[in-house]
Amino acid sequence: MGYRNLLKNVKTLIKRLIFSVSVPNFASEKFIDMASIVVENLTKKYGDQKAVDDISFDVKPGEVVGFLGPNGAGKSTTMRMVTCYMAPTHGKITVEGYQADEHPEEIKKKIGYLPENNPLYTDMAIIDYLKFCAEVQGVGKDIVNTRVREMVDICGLNLERHKKINELSKGFRQRVGLAQAMIHDPEVLILDEPTSGLDPNQIVEIRNLIKELGKEKTVILSSHILSEVEATCDRILIINRGKIVADGTSDTLRQQAQGQELVSVKIDGDESRVKKALLGLASVEKVNEQENRKGFFLVQSKPELSSRKDIFDLCVKNKWYLLEMTGIETKLEDVFREVTN
Amino acid sequence: MKKIWIIANRELASYFDSLIAYVMIILFLGMSGFFTWLFGSSIFLIGQASLQVFFGISYWTLFFFIPAITMRSLAEENRSGTIELLSTKAVSDREIVVGKFLANLILVAIALACTIPYYITVATLGNIDHGATIGGYFGLILMSSMYISIGIFASSLTNNQIVAFLLALFIGIFFQILFDVMATSFTGTVGGIFDFLSSRTHYESLSRGVIDSRDLIYYFSFIIAGLLLSETILSKRNWQH
Repeated sequence: MGYRNLLKNVKTLIKRLIFSVSVPNFASEKFIDMASIVVENLTKKYGDQKAVDDISFDVKPGEVVGFLGPNGAGKSTTMRMVTCYMAPTHGKITVEGYQADEHPEEIKKKIGYLPENNPLYTDMAIIDYLKFCAEVQGVGKDIVNTRVREMVDICGLNLERHKKINELSKGFRQRVGLAQAMIHDPEVLILDEPTSGLDPNQIVEIRNLIKELGKEKTVILSSHILSEVEATCDRILIINRGKIVADGTSDTLRQQAQGQELVSVKIDGDESRVKKALLGLASVEKVNEQENRKGFFLVQSKPELSSRKDIFDLCVKNKWYLLEMTGIETKLEDVFREVTN
Repeated sequence: MKKIWIIANRELASYFDSLIAYVMIILFLGMSGFFTWLFGSSIFLIGQASLQVFFGISYWTLFFFIPAITMRSLAEENRSGTIELLSTKAVSDREIVVGKFLANLILVAIALACTIPYYITVATLGNIDHGATIGGYFGLILMSSMYISIGIFASSLTNNQIVAFLLALFIGIFFQILFDVMATSFTGTVGGIFDFLSSRTHYESLSRGVIDSRDLIYYFSFIIAGLLLSETILSKRNWQH
């Protein structure tokens, strides 16, 4: 009997070791150059309407990708197909090396998903609910309780843990939603509007949590709040009418949209002369007076040229005082508006 | 199999956490008890140590109660969107449907188990036909399974519980009585078909204590058909337009 008990203990010990140590390393060492999610020519039709239209992208392990787009752009539909909730009309999805149409069960095990509007079994207590989620996701019996306790701690649900979900405020429900998505320690997290309906403090908390998770896991999140995506994501995909209209980091997107350098200058001198002189510069394409700001000019340079040095030299030559020169950065809002209109 | 059990367990827990399970069990016991022991052609008037009266009553009470417990099983998940949550966990649509079926069946079985004192009482009063009684209970379980399967199917079609309830009753009433009525008004092969389709025919033969393969085939085919249809409806979201 003693021998058998020993064997059992060793087995559980090994299981725990495997679960706690090798899973995070797995993603970072072995599959470092393999994409975590590959989506090829994905299309979903509802009747005649194309909700998602021939989308292709891939996500590297450990990347935090933000889906950005107006309402009804196809963000949620894309997520639903990646999580194997819906089959696509055309196209191929591969998650962690498994193909969606062949091994949905394997993919579901590797994905933690927070659906839009965060549906929950509201008649259950938090602890029971998390336990149910863990068991359904195939978390080993011996570690279910440990995992539930960890999630309760991470998501700050400790004081509420015996409450029923329908007694919780929206912020706490959202945390329960995140906890159930992470309960089985998935490699990939897909979060559909994770901060909707939260107050500013909670938004910051959830963002930090996502950033923290993003160090180890692949995360896809969707939002129509630009600043949020900018704050949390390594990469942004802007989706509009079912198509990807922009793809890149927030900096590259801004540059793309900006194209030509834009500077705001204030020069102490006769305005019409200054304007004429500015227009005479080789690198300058357009000069406009700024509305509501007297003496300020908006100078747009020719493509791939910078006019800043020329403006300075001009002032030196004419003995004008250069009072102010500010580069104008395109805001992500502008990029968004430009590509989705 | 393990996943089915986990889902069934949660479902059952939610029946007992809300009042559904208690109301259902108490109402079932109250109704069947009242008509069996106190009212009309009660057990004492027949003058036989037999539970036929109880089986006759339960045939109808379960017919009405089962849609009431199955109506929320998938309709509520469709309404609240938790179906998306559940189907993106590592379970198949079949496991979800079978899990829900099992939970409902266990609830009905618990309600039926509460009537075992009736059996013991009657058995002490006289010489009861054990075969017929066991057959009767077996028939009730099979009949309930069929209506649960139909109820889950009705529930999968809609996100409104009341629609699910009425639809389950509507489908059920054909098996419960309409086919039986039609069987009497037709003769020959058509009459025979309707007679075979009627649940009453099979239930009565079982509650006489005769376990015939035809009755088993009848019930099992409708149970399986109902579950397969529910699974199909559940996976409708995967249909490629």
